Amino acid sequence: MSISTRMAKAGTPTPPRRVFGLSILALGVWALTAYVFWTGLYQVHLINQAKTPMMPLIIGVIGLVMLYPLLPWARSLALNAGRTRALAASDLRGARASASSGRDSALTSLGFSAGFLVVAALLHFVTTNDAAVTKTFLRADFIAQSWSKVAEGFWINVQVAIGAEIIVLIAGLGIAIMRMLPGRPGRPLRWLATVYVDVFRAIPSIIVLYLVGFGLTIAKVPIVSDLSPTMLAIIALALTYTGYVAEVYRAGLESIHPSQWSAARSLGLSYGQTLRKVIVPQATRRMVPPLLNDFIGLQKDTALISIMGVIDSFMQARLISSSVFNLSPVLVVAVVFIIATIPQARFVDRLMAKDAAKLKAGAL
Amino acid sequence: MPFLEITDVHKSYGTNPVLKGITIDVEAHEVVCLIGASGSGKSTLLKCINALEPIDSGEIVLDGDPITGVGVDVNRLRRNIGMVFQSYNLFPHMTVLENITLAPILVGGVAKEAAEAHAIELLTQVGMEAKATAHPDSLSGGQQQRVAIVRAMAMRPQALLLDEITAALDPELVGDVLEIVRELAADGMTMLLATHEMGFAKEVASQVCFLHQGQILERGTPEQIFTDPQEERTRQFLHRVLASGRL
Ligand SMILES: Nc1ncnc2c1ncn2[C@@H]1O[C@H](COP(=O)(O)OP(=O)(O)OP(=O)(O)O)[C@@H](O)[C@H]1O
Ligand SMILES: [Mg+2]
Repeated sequence: MSISTRMAKAGTPTPPRRVFGLSILALGVWALTAYVFWTGLYQVHLINQAKTPMMPLIIGVIGLVMLYPLLPWARSLALNAGRTRALAASDLRGARASASSGRDSALTSLGFSAGFLVVAALLHFVTTNDAAVTKTFLRADFIAQSWSKVAEGFWINVQVAIGAEIIVLIAGLGIAIMRMLPGRPGRPLRWLATVYVDVFRAIPSIIVLYLVGFGLTIAKVPIVSDLSPTMLAIIALALTYTGYVAEVYRAGLESIHPSQWSAARSLGLSYGQTLRKVIVPQATRRMVPPLLNDFIGLQKDTALISIMGVIDSFMQARLISSSVFNLSPVLVVAVVFIIATIPQARFVDRLMAKDAAKLKAGAL
Repeated sequence: MPFLEITDVHKSYGTNPVLKGITIDVEAHEVVCLIGASGSGKSTLLKCINALEPIDSGEIVLDGDPITGVGVDVNRLRRNIGMVFQSYNLFPHMTVLENITLAPILVGGVAKEAAEAHAIELLTQVGMEAKATAHPDSLSGGQQQRVAIVRAMAMRPQALLLDEITAALDPELVGDVLEIVRELAADGMTMLLATHEMGFAKEVASQVCFLHQGQILERGTPEQIFTDPQEERTRQFLHRVLASGRL
């Protein structure tokens, strides 16, 4: 479009478009959602067979909540009418304002309906086939029965995670520094560190666990073979994650501008002093979010240690599961991991948002 | 005997020769200015003198001690030569005072109290004592550069290398920083400085060297270089600088 035609268009202001179509769509999606929800609730009712006296109350509350998207929908209709009135009175600005909020209301209604639709679909998923899914994963009695054992087992997961994290923090720094050693004398160690990182990032952690857990014991390696399975699990996970964390350290250290090195070295600080006093303190701030991400990965991988014969939460859950022929205890482990991980994930998000804000303000 | 003798220094980055046989003598208490177009090798030469970059051949002798070649204690050398950079390079995670006292305490073995007292004294000389506890982020470019000069001076160096220390500053901040260098010169500090400020070079330099593509094409007193340059290249360079209003 040439500038002149655009100018001509701007000269004759366009009236705002109608919101009506969007309102109709919102109503349609809501109707679909209501239908899916209702059939889902009906299935719940059938399965329940009045075992829970609260059921009619729950269904009533959900029914009321389901009505909510109709509120913004009604508002969008009213605003659409307001737009028509304003246009008739040649109040262009009023018409635009009404049309704009009307579209907003219709979209809000649509958004809520869509969200409810997903929930309704899930309801169908857990109730379908005479609630087969629910009976397999969500049996309240089995959940209650396994809860305390699983929690007890999770304590092992926590110990392994914390033990491995402490080793990884120290060993990772060592490997990272080895990878960054300067000059020709540093070359052999630099090369070894690179091989280490490449190898242990390539091997799936379950294989490392397997090899360490059984291999070292079979080979009767002195000291190591006498360690408890839990200690061996810590060592195996630390081996894997040291590779990841070394890369986090290295990326953090290399993200500090070389001029900081020049400035520190020109003052007579040695390589080590520069690293300790100038580079590392600046790099740690940038390393914390990716470090925590790797730790979340490590914590999840502690569910693999049962293959070495450690009775952790997953192993406990599987033992109970196989005795009752039901997967509800395993779902309990999943929930425990979720509860342990989500706060950390949010914390990482917060740190990253803070860093991004600082970067924007030019403080870093 | 000159305080700093640079003899036939060669330096390449990869296959790109940057310094092609540089020879300069700097007497004690002398101020030598390096001028020349961007990319002529001024910064590289200063970095080589401070061993921040290794040289390929040639020799640099400081106060009778060779400081190039194998087995030289570069950290001791750097303690005796201060360096100030175009982009200040203050440590952003430290306060002004910590920036200044880091090297004296860590490298010089000075007690913390003595180092801080000395730092405050130097800051007062440059009018920055009120900012001792500030972080570099909160300072203007001119203030940061004054702190950077103080940081170099806190090691009580025998010579200073200044690399276009006013090039990143807004014009109205240049004066404050140059005033400090002027005072240092008046106090007898030995300095080697790269600069685009020809007026300033004229005023403080005892010797001006014109660098062109890694070689010193012409050298002499400021009067000789600025009023009666012998080389065509020097004339062209000065002409361009004059046209951009920096003389
Ligand atoms: N670290 C490096 N790696 C490779 N080449 C470099 C490096 N530093 C500088 N050079 C090259 O060396 C040459 C001289 O650079 P130098 O920084 O010494 O010039 P300068 O005279 O200080 O210029 P300016 O006035 O722009 O600061 C340039 O061609 C540059 O590209
Ligand atoms: Mg330069």
